[in-house]
Formats: sequence, structure tokens, C-alpha cells
Amino acid sequence: MAGRPERARVTDTIFALSSGSPPAAVAIVRMSGPGADSALRALAGKLPEPRVATLADLRRQEERLDRALVLRFPGPHSATGEDVVELHLHGGRAVVAAVLEALASVAGLRPAEPGEFTRRAFENGRIDLAEAEGLADLLAAETQAQRRSALAMAGGALSRKVAAWRQRLLGLAAALEAAIDFSDEGEVGEAWPPNWADDVGALASEMSALLASPPAERLRDGLRVVIAGPPNAGKSSLINALAGRQVAIIASTPGTTRDLIEAPTALAGLPFILIDTAGLRESDDEVEAIGVERGRASLASADLVLWLGEPAEAPPGRDRTILVQPKCDLPGPAREAHVRVSALTGQGLEDLVGALAARAETLLPGESEVALNARQRKAVADALANLEEASAPDMLIAAEALRRVRVELDRAVGKAGVEEMLDMLFGRFCIGK
Amino acid sequence: MNKRFDILVVGGGHAGCEAAAAAARMGASVALVSFAREQVGAMSCNPAMGGLGKGHLIREVDACDGLVARAADEAGIHYRMLNASKGAAVRGPRVQADRRLYKASIHRQLDGQPNLEIVEGEAAALRLDGRRITGLDLADGRTLEARAVILGTGTFLGAKLHFGRTSAAGGRIGEKAATILARQLRALGLPVARLKTGTPPRLDGRTIDWAALERQESDQGDWTLSPMTKRRPAPQLFCAITRTNRRSHDIIRANLKRSPLFAGDIGGVGPRYCPSIEDKVHRFGDRDGHQVFLEPEGLDDFAVYPNGISTSLPEDVQSAMVRSMAGLERVRILQPGYAVEYDHVDPRILEPTLAVRDLEGLYLAGQVNGTTGYEEAAAQGLVAGANAAAWVAGRAPIPFERDESYIGVMVDDLTLQGVTEPYRMLTARAEFRLRLRADNAEARLTPKAVASGLAGAERRAHFEARQARREALERHLACESSAAELRQAGIAVGDDGRRRPLSEWLRFPELTSAGLLSMDPSLAQFPRPILDEAVEDHRYAPYVQRQEAEVARLRSDSNVRISATIDYAAIAGLSLEMVERLNAARPATLGAAQRIRGLTPAALAAILIHSRRKAA
Repeated sequence: MAGRPERARVTDTIFALSSGSPPAAVAIVRMSGPGADSALRALAGKLPEPRVATLADLRRQEERLDRALVLRFPGPHSATGEDVVELHLHGGRAVVAAVLEALASVAGLRPAEPGEFTRRAFENGRIDLAEAEGLADLLAAETQAQRRSALAMAGGALSRKVAAWRQRLLGLAAALEAAIDFSDEGEVGEAWPPNWADDVGALASEMSALLASPPAERLRDGLRVVIAGPPNAGKSSLINALAGRQVAIIASTPGTTRDLIEAPTALAGLPFILIDTAGLRESDDEVEAIGVERGRASLASADLVLWLGEPAEAPPGRDRTILVQPKCDLPGPAREAHVRVSALTGQGLEDLVGALAARAETLLPGESEVALNARQRKAVADALANLEEASAPDMLIAAEALRRVRVELDRAVGKAGVEEMLDMLFGRFCIGK
Repeated sequence: MNKRFDILVVGGGHAGCEAAAAAARMGASVALVSFAREQVGAMSCNPAMGGLGKGHLIREVDACDGLVARAADEAGIHYRMLNASKGAAVRGPRVQADRRLYKASIHRQLDGQPNLEIVEGEAAALRLDGRRITGLDLADGRTLEARAVILGTGTFLGAKLHFGRTSAAGGRIGEKAATILARQLRALGLPVARLKTGTPPRLDGRTIDWAALERQESDQGDWTLSPMTKRRPAPQLFCAITRTNRRSHDIIRANLKRSPLFAGDIGGVGPRYCPSIEDKVHRFGDRDGHQVFLEPEGLDDFAVYPNGISTSLPEDVQSAMVRSMAGLERVRILQPGYAVEYDHVDPRILEPTLAVRDLEGLYLAGQVNGTTGYEEAAAQGLVAGANAAAWVAGRAPIPFERDESYIGVMVDDLTLQGVTEPYRMLTARAEFRLRLRADNAEARLTPKAVASGLAGAERRAHFEARQARREALERHLACESSAAELRQAGIAVGDDGRRRPLSEWLRFPELTSAGLLSMDPSLAQFPRPILDEAVEDHRYAPYVQRQEAEVARLRSDSNVRISATIDYAAIAGLSLEMVERLNAARPATLGAAQRIRGLTPAALAAILIHSRRKAA
């Protein structure tokens, strides 16, 4: 075989966070594949010149996600040999999560598998053997880690749940395939399997229920609590008091906090990320304006909001909002609030922690509950979308839908294949002339 | 003096005949070696071709200008389109054939094929120079020289017949087994295992009470297996259906210990989907009956094949069992059923061309690879014959891909996954089933057959005429119509105010071929098969498009080759089980490796890099 690698014809586009895990000063999200440019256009509304760092507003529909530095490297002169796009984001978790979510919703884009960027680079002749040598060791370690994590997962609640679904799915598929492949025999017949719609519907509603449950990231990363309110309401004082350390600069000058500040904090034994935002106001200062914009964006992805302003002006989402009256040590009229606190004296802080903990109970997955991470969530959501087509009046379409559900569930926990379905089929039906 | 050929084909069954004919069509000089000329082209089991999944294979072999579809048409005495009520992708054409007419057609086609000679004799041993094939020694001392040998030995390798508890060496009733060759293959280090298959008793049709039974008529209409067949030449016969019942099952249960299957005489693994009647009764004890199809074996032949009761019980039990069924109370058995145990080679030692990986010039096709069925055998014969001819001529291999044919699905399954039971084609095995229809086999494969030289002049002319008609038809279907116009023609589609080309309206199930004809009566100028193909193409177009990404990924991974000399054990991070599977299958491309069970993406990348490192 020739030493020169063949050019692979890859048609899908992958993306991943390619810097360390947030929060960090800057987070780099990278895309590679023929759809990279159109994804950039979808988010940034424009395509900058190749290899020129350009500022761009990234939006998902109308909502602004971040003002980021974007770079294009058209293939084949790129790291992977394909069209590559890099988004240099502000490195907060909320921003990165929102951008990754936006990319996942672009058709033709999917999260990269471990080592996939490098594999593409290698296939397209963009890295040499010496580089590959080192990579092989890394991949070996990755393989080991995957196997270990797969083993660990095998005993997990999610695996059990998905395994049970898959078993039912294989049963449904087997019954349908029997009606297709053995319809010439008296044993099976041409008709739809009995209770088809009910069985498919029951499986679908269990999947929806799981999707509605709290995501695993909340347990790992913490609930996102955004502290918001008008300028100089005392947001930064409050975050410092809750975090028990100096995370935000405090000054009496309104507009001191210009960017998001994130403080991972454990309260009452539960994980939170406290997020301080710029006071919400119109500003002529360009930098502050960006901060305000980002504050609004982070409100959209918050699990809980501590609102320090007038109750009537609170952002939408009443059930996730805790109304806080700050600076209660100062004289003034009492207003409608769940908690009254003073960051200065510590008064009411315990009540606030209690209120946060009570909300957290309902938002965090319980220990015995199954929690999905983003990758698994996408797989289950795709599986569900396909399952909904399995009630099509055409048996072939239904069977195709079930095949895709199987592929998706396999992506969530591991592999199965046609053979397993056939095992089920031959085990249940007496087939063969 | 020794005779020289390019290619020798051992075995005159469906695999051997297709292999020899395909190689000869490609221009190779070929000898077909068989025990007895008279047995070439025999249907040794069920006198039928096609069925679900199998009908696809037959049409695909035919699209490559193969023999079997035309032979079955010439001999066809009963046509049936299985799954006629479902989408065309899973419709399975099936034809029952008159055995004698079928064999006569195969002989006529082989005799008319230039470059092809039938040599009568027993293939005793492969001639080798190291690990390179140089020819074949016949049992009578003759020697044939050739660069490639294709083994299509069916169940004859190390074959053993079981009638009740008695057994005898033999590959088919009344014929000898190929024992010397079987020993040589084992000695050459080929991984050999045992499988089992069976056949039912043959009944005397004159002793069946046909009037008491439900009749199954041949399909109306004039469809044929091969589009090259102009009309069904043979008269059509009817079949009948009877059932086993409690009494039949009691008889079987009382005699299970006299079955070689249950007494432990048979070590080979039988198929789960074509079980013997004793297996069915034993495994599915709650069923109170199983359907039995009574299929006539020929026009001037009173033998009847009772489809569904393959058995190796002793003859007296078989007789009592069949006589317990309605319509068969006084039936006479012409030939008792029996089980055959035989050697097969683990097909994972094969390349996708069906060449043995480390024995240059040796190809295997058919049951020897662990498959069952005429159709599976014929398709493998085609692949091995075409590829052996290409190799001998120094030309590139002729690949059959999973996303373009059932042939490709089968070859990929066999060479990557191996077999644990006789392998039978099912439509469920094809993940791209929606695009692989029996009715579009020509569109999928004939261009490839023409390009590689597999298709003769007549086929080429037929195909070009067909494509021209199809293109003309597409121009008609591009005409736009409104919902109102469709409703006027009696087609009750929903009205969203949009005008669409007819091809797009076909996505709505309300519009059928008949509806098209009432919309545009001029479409009647097109032959029905072409019209139906177009209807199905457009009907499933959105789903087929959705699979494009999956297909593209498969293709792109198939472009990435893995070094043939890779040492999987030396790759850190692979489990022992992975190494074992990879070593058995030796996937040629990354795409193939990916389909081996249990391989993770990271493992694939590690394999790729290791392979490149070695190659550099």
C-alpha cells in the first residue's frame, strides 16, 4: 500500500470545544467539514475573509450569544485539510454551552467523536507520522478510558434504562421485520403486530419523560444562578457574600461590573455557579453595553435568577425567579420579596441559601434518578423524533424509523445491530418452511 | 498432456454455474468441473427461486446478465409476488420451477457460452506452488492447469447424510461426497466448521387429495424474474396448503429419540429460520399446527415438495406424520427426507472478491461459505467468477457495496462477521433497504455490469432502451399540477394551494400508478415495470435522501484502506476480543472495520494510525 494517505470524502461537519473546560478567559470552539462556513454564516450572519481574525456577534435566532473573535481557514490549507472555523468566545460556561447548543441545532453538524479532528487531519495528510506517533499513544489511552467508562456505565441507571428500551425496541422491530420478511408464512402473516400504536406510544412517552428530567451537567457543573438587577443594586456584594470570597469588584459607581463573573460555589452541600452580571441599563459605553447584552443572554440560560430590582421589572420566568430585597440594613420601604438580605451584615443570607437549596432540590437530578448528559440527551431526543415516525401507515417507513431509533440509542450507550434484532425475531416466531 | 484454462470452477450447482458463466462472459477461458455433467444445474432442494430478500438477489444476478432468473422463467410453473401489499422495497418475486426445464435451460445457456467447457470428473486436490494455485488434480489422474480455482462445492465437502439414526457419506441423495478435497482444505489450514441442513420427503402427487385442500393459484399478470424474458412460456400450475396438527406433533414427539438431531448424531449447526419439523415442534411446543405448502416439482412429474416439513426422522415416522395431515391421508412418500451435515469454511478468511486471503488464486462461493439457498449461492458465484476473471486479466476488482446491492450486503456480512448458522438473505439485513428494491436492480447494477464486461450485447441494448424510456417518462413526470387537477382526476390529495410536479405528488400515498394514468393517459405508452419503478423511486425519495449522509459516511470510510500486514495485537488499547475479531476478518478498509461488532471510534483511529505508520 502506498504511504501517501488517500483523500477521504467526508461529508458531515463536526464541532467541539477545543480548549480546556470552562470557565476560562477564552474558549475556542472549532468546526471542521464542508458545513463549517454555512454554520458560521448562520451564527454570525457573515463570512469574514479567510485567515483574518474578525469580531462578530453570534446569534441564535434573535438572541445574542456572544461577541466573539471568529476565524476561517478554508480547506485544504487548514489544520484538518477541510474547511475549518474557529470561534474564540468569552470563556464562561453559559456562553460556551449556548454556542455549542446553537451549533448542534444546525443541520449537518454533529459533536465530534474523541480524536476525530486528528483523524481527519491525518487522513487528509495534514499531520505527519511523527505527530501521529504521539497521537497513537494518546488514542490508546483514550480507548482504554472509553472502555473503562463504558464498563462503569454498564452498571449505571441510564444503561439499564436504555438497555430496557432497546430490548423493547428490538422486540417491536423483530415483530415488524417478521411481518415483512416472513409474511408468506402462516405463522406471522401480513398484518401489523398487535397493539403496535400503543407499544410505540408507551416507549415514546417514557423517552419524553426522561428528556424532561434535569440534565446531568447540572449535577457536575452546578445550577446556574444569575444575580441580576439594575445598576448598583448590590449584586456584586451579594455574590461575594454568598461565595464567601472576593469574586467581584465592588464600587459605588454604577456600571462597575462590565462582564459576567462566574463563581462556582457549594451552598448547603449543593453545587451552584453564581453569575454576577452587569446592571441592566442602556449604556453609551461600548464595553459596558456588551456586558449588559451578555447579562441578558445569560438570563436566558439561567436555572435560577436572583432579582434584586423592582418585582414588576423582573425578567420573564416567574417560577425560576427569587425576588430579593438587598441592602435591607438600610432604611427604606419594604417591597414584595421572597428574601430580604444585607450583604453587609449577613442578615437574611441563611434564608437565601435555604431558598436556593429548596429550589435546587427540584432542579437537580436525585441520586437514584437517571440523568442525561448533552450527548446522551441529543441521542435520546433524536431517537424520540424518529420513534414518532414509527406509527407511519407504511410498514417500510415504520421499520426505517425503528432502525434509526436503534442507531440513536446505540449512540447513547454502545452498539447493537441487526443480529440482535434477528435473535429476537427467531426466538419469538416459529419461522421457516 | 495437461489441459490449460484461466479458471477452473469446481461444482455445477448454482454458485458454480454462475461463477463459470460470469468468468467466461468476462473473457476468461473456463472449465466447469463436476462429478456428472447430467447433475449440472440441478435444483437439489426446493424447486423454487426467489422469495423475500432472495428475489432481490436473483434480480441483481440477472441485472449482471446471470443465468438463474432466465432459467427459472423458462421453467416457471407458479409465480408469486410476496409482500405484494407492501412497499416495493420488500416485495419478493418467487417462481416455482419445473426441475427438468430449469436444468435444461442452464445447460443451454452454458453450452451457448463461448470460452466455457464442462469437464466431468471428481476434483481430488488443488495443485499448489507454495501458497499459489496452479491447477487441479482429478481423481482419475488427469490434471487441469489454471491460475485460479473457484470452489462451489455446496454441501459436498465432507458431507454426511442422515436418515433417522443411520448415516452415510454423500452430498446429495445418490451422489458421493468430496472427501479428499475436504481433507486438503483442512490440511492447508483453512478454518473449517460443520453445518447442517435438511430436506423434506417427496410425495407422490397422485396420492394427494387435492380437492380437499385450499388452492394457491399462480399470480395473475405477466411479471417475470428477468426483464429479458418476454412472457411466461410454461403453463401455470396451482399449489395447495395443508397444516400439521396435534396428531402430527404427537407422532413427532413420540419419536424424537429416533431423530439424529435429538440423539446427538449431528454436531453441525442448523439454521434458525429453516428448522426441521421436529425442531419446530420441540422449540415451539405451544403451536398447534404449522403451514405446509404442497408444491408440484414439474409439469410431467408427479413428485410434490411439501415445503415446511424438512426432517431427518426415520421413514416410517415420516410416513405416519405426513399421513396425519389433511389431504395427505393416503399419500405415498417417493423419497424420504434427510439431513445433511457438511464442512464449510469460515468466510472471514475471504476478501470482498471472495478470494481466500492467503492462498493466491483460490476463490470460494456458495454453501461452502456457510450460506444456504440457491439465490445466495448464485450471487456469490457471480462475485467470485467476475472477480477471478478480473484478477486473471490483471484488472481491478469488481466491488459490490452494501449501499448498492443485496449482493454487497451478503458479501460484507460474510467476510466481516462470519457465520454461526447457515446464512440466509433477509431484507432486514440491508440497512439501505429503501433504495435496494427488486424492481430497480437493473438501474442499480447493469451500468456496473456493462462497465466491467459482465453484460453481453443483448443485455446492453435492452438496458439502453430501458433507460431512454425512463428518461422520457421523467420528462412527463416533471409537469406541474395543482391539487385541484388531481382531485378532478379522482385522486383525493389535500390542497395547500401549491402546484407540484407529478414526481413530487407521488410522495403522497393517494397518488398511485393508476392515478398517474388517469392524470396523464399518454403515460400508458410506457411499460408497466418502468412506470412502477419511477413511482417507487419518487414515493420514497425523501427517505432515501435522508440516508444519503449515512451512505456518504460509509463510502468515505471505505476509501480509507488498512494495511494488509497490520498486527492488531501490537496496537495498545484494543481488547483481546477486538483483536480476535479483527484478525479473523482482516478488514481491508476503515469502513469495514467499523462494522465489526464492538469497535469504538477511538479504537478505529488507533488502528488507522498504526496501519499508516507500518505502511510508511
